[in-house]
Amino acid sequence: MLAPESDLGTSLARRGITRRQLVKYCSGMLAMLAMPERYLAQTVSAVSKTKKPVLVWMQFQDCTGCSESMLRSSHPDVADVVLDLLSWEYHEVIMAGAGSHANAVLDRVVKDEKGKYLVVVEGAIPTAEGGAYCTIGGHSAMELAERVCRNAAATIAVGACAFDGGLVRSHPNPTGALGVQEAVPGIKVINMAGCPHNPANTAAVLVHYLTFNDLPALDQYNRPLFAYGRVIHDQCERRAHYDAGRFVTEWGDEGHRKGWCLYKMGCKGPEATFNCPVVQWNDHTSWPIRAGHGCIGCASPRFWDHMSPFYERLPNVPGFGVETSAGEIGLGMTGAVIAGVTAHGLIKMIKPASKPDAPATETRKEA
Amino acid sequence: MARLVVDPVSRIEGHLRIEAQLDGGKISDAWSAGTMFRGIELILQGRDPREAWIWAQRICGVCTMVHALASVRAVENALGIDVPENARIVRNLIAGSQMVQDHVVHFYHLHALDWVDVASALKADPAKTSSIAQSISDYEKSSTTYFRGIQQRVKGVVDSGQLSLFASGYWGHPAYHLPPEVNLLAVAHYLEALAFQKDFIRIHAVLGGKNPHPQTFLVGGMTTAMDPNEPFAVINPEVITRLRELVKGARKFVDQVYIPDVLAIAPLYKEWFSLGEGVGNFLSYGDYSSTNEKDPASFLFPRGIVMGRDLTKVEPVDPSKITEFISHSWYEYSGGDENGKHPSQGETSPKYTGPKPPYEYLEVDKKYSWLKTPRYNGKPMEVGPLARLVVGYAAGQPEIKAAIDGVLKKLNAPPSVLFSTLGRIAARAIESQIMVKRLDTWVDQLDSNLAHGKVTIFNPVHWNPDTWPASATGFGWHEAPRGSLGHWVDIQGRSIKNYQAVVPTTWNAGPRDPMGQRGAYEAALLNTPVADPDRPLEILRTVHSFDPCIACAVHVIDGNGRKYTLPRVV
Repeated sequence: MLAPESDLGTSLARRGITRRQLVKYCSGMLAMLAMPERYLAQTVSAVSKTKKPVLVWMQFQDCTGCSESMLRSSHPDVADVVLDLLSWEYHEVIMAGAGSHANAVLDRVVKDEKGKYLVVVEGAIPTAEGGAYCTIGGHSAMELAERVCRNAAATIAVGACAFDGGLVRSHPNPTGALGVQEAVPGIKVINMAGCPHNPANTAAVLVHYLTFNDLPALDQYNRPLFAYGRVIHDQCERRAHYDAGRFVTEWGDEGHRKGWCLYKMGCKGPEATFNCPVVQWNDHTSWPIRAGHGCIGCASPRFWDHMSPFYERLPNVPGFGVETSAGEIGLGMTGAVIAGVTAHGLIKMIKPASKPDAPATETRKEA
Repeated sequence: MARLVVDPVSRIEGHLRIEAQLDGGKISDAWSAGTMFRGIELILQGRDPREAWIWAQRICGVCTMVHALASVRAVENALGIDVPENARIVRNLIAGSQMVQDHVVHFYHLHALDWVDVASALKADPAKTSSIAQSISDYEKSSTTYFRGIQQRVKGVVDSGQLSLFASGYWGHPAYHLPPEVNLLAVAHYLEALAFQKDFIRIHAVLGGKNPHPQTFLVGGMTTAMDPNEPFAVINPEVITRLRELVKGARKFVDQVYIPDVLAIAPLYKEWFSLGEGVGNFLSYGDYSSTNEKDPASFLFPRGIVMGRDLTKVEPVDPSKITEFISHSWYEYSGGDENGKHPSQGETSPKYTGPKPPYEYLEVDKKYSWLKTPRYNGKPMEVGPLARLVVGYAAGQPEIKAAIDGVLKKLNAPPSVLFSTLGRIAARAIESQIMVKRLDTWVDQLDSNLAHGKVTIFNPVHWNPDTWPASATGFGWHEAPRGSLGHWVDIQGRSIKNYQAVVPTTWNAGPRDPMGQRGAYEAALLNTPVADPDRPLEILRTVHSFDPCIACAVHVIDGNGRKYTLPRVV
């Protein structure tokens, strides 16, 4: 079984994928990461590496929606990620083995690949009742997260729950749930916030990691700037209607049928950041506002408590319908993020980040 | 001998643990335990019932949207809101495509590796695989070159020594007995199905912005505004064309890949037509109305109960006969842990009394699961695709009867083979085929309504909370891919006082009740042979045949009616 290792170039060639196509694919990834073409050669050579980096995917207090979202990845498609780009060795929802055989895989990776493997975490980590609210193989999520994340090269927290506890942590947080960076403080972590995470962004982070052996630049919540640096409202396809004062005022009304602005129906786009309007979902098919529903701000910190009630209009937005106000709203609501992007500029976004000294904490509002 | 433990049970949604007692190579007793709890119903208290669906939807991201639908139905039922015809159709389309996509993913990605030996596929002759493929289906990807390419790809992964997801499989287990050529066929279709599931489910993005967790439901209708003349309407003639293409693709995959594969693999595992029987009582709430959601006679899948595998009799469903027990679950009841409670009167407080993690075994004679134990009229029931088809067959629903009789004829088998591990797999495939035809009909209806200017998608009558009564209670049912799902809601003033979901996997996977009656999983595992206790493949086969969804199954309500004030947004 342990024959000479095959590289991606060879395995792609076997499937009739030329180097030209590989280069095109890497080029697409660079565009997603807002990286200049001069990184192309490095990216191509990185994804063609001989030994594939090992990845394990942990599921704690989750709904498996973030795993499902990863299965919807189109560029690269999920089979390429799982079989060719990485060695995806532990992921309960799709792995072949169960029980002791599954646990043995995890033990082996943590021991043999110590400091080298990537771990993706999906779901919150309950800290109450000695960890009894989530156990796998008899071990608590707390214990597993500490062991698996602490020994990894980096932790990718996907979805709102792994980011900051998400829905599970929302009031009254019955299980003492936390996100990964609070449950396992001091680790190297990137937060792919969202409910679920967008697989296009996560795939881009994986490619970035393969290329630079590091994470992309992060904001104060440890979210990558390339995906979480811009206000939704500023990228929204319905923005012109907002500026012109054309609003949906009742579901199914003329404005709703014509695709007008959903601000009055409770849309949180003006105070949320995410590249959702640009990257969209399911192979660039659509996104929630195009489907006629307001944004719920799912990539924002503690969004369940802070963005709800979801159908209530954002209060005190100054002078809506006036062209100049929208930028101010965004700046006011998410000031730190915007300031960060402006200050550091594009150069900072494309360079691998250094880890902030302290784990990011929620500062905007308290539940 | 010592108890056998399978934890984690992989290739399912959520955290499931099976403990089993083996005697003479067979299972003599089994315990099913959910090992994760979040408390979403508790979190829902005090919130706006109009947005409950957004929260409840996150109960599960595999069967995404099913809880959204049950939730809006519960609130609509409480407030007395009828939804417009177009909203009913769009909901059917979203839920129906979820069912088809979910069943395909279950068969290929969650279940197939219990029957298909990936390592054996390397020994296959691709030319022989090609001729098998062409003998069972018109699917165009069937050439020798195609299968050789798949084989090379698998070989590349194996040769690299980095087997990825396949590293931990039970390859070479004696219970695998497909020929290498059929294994190769199945591996090829595993990869095809990976591509299919993400392509087809774009239908949720078209109608709901994204999948998982489409964002398109409303209490009173849907956000999919319709207009025949507006380019930015969510549903317009261009979108209809897109829906048609997506549905056409699904129909092709189900007819040409999924169904032929099931029919090719099942006869090679005949012994599993008599293993994994379960409790033999079947419950279906019924769903997918062609005219009016309030009229069960209009349902594609009928509402009813079949007891004791008796296909001659269908009993009506009485909602008041549903109770939940916690005698073996980590909760406490104020009136004593031995008494069941109706969901509308339900009460729960989590109280963990199990071993402190890390632990080796659960205390199966006491409390051992985060799942509760639902009973109908005191009896354990199986829910899911098999239950839907058994009820539909017994009720004489012509489409269901014809589909089942057709498959039984091909397998040359009596209806009793349905009550088995393979019966559940067959039922899932059959209902996918029935559903995929119906999707076409719904797109036609939307198209026709659009052409006739019938564009109402929302009923505004009770959107404004000022129009609500001081208090209101209701329930909403849905036949989700995994079975009968019910949400119960109690609204006081403008907010939720109490909320509860009784979920398919809770019916099937719950621990035993105070009378000691086993649920469907525990009953189905009895007498299952286990050839190699270190590699309990047979346990996975039967448990996976139910398509477990544990995140759904674990839930809690709070009996204290605790309320709190929501934090203000800014």
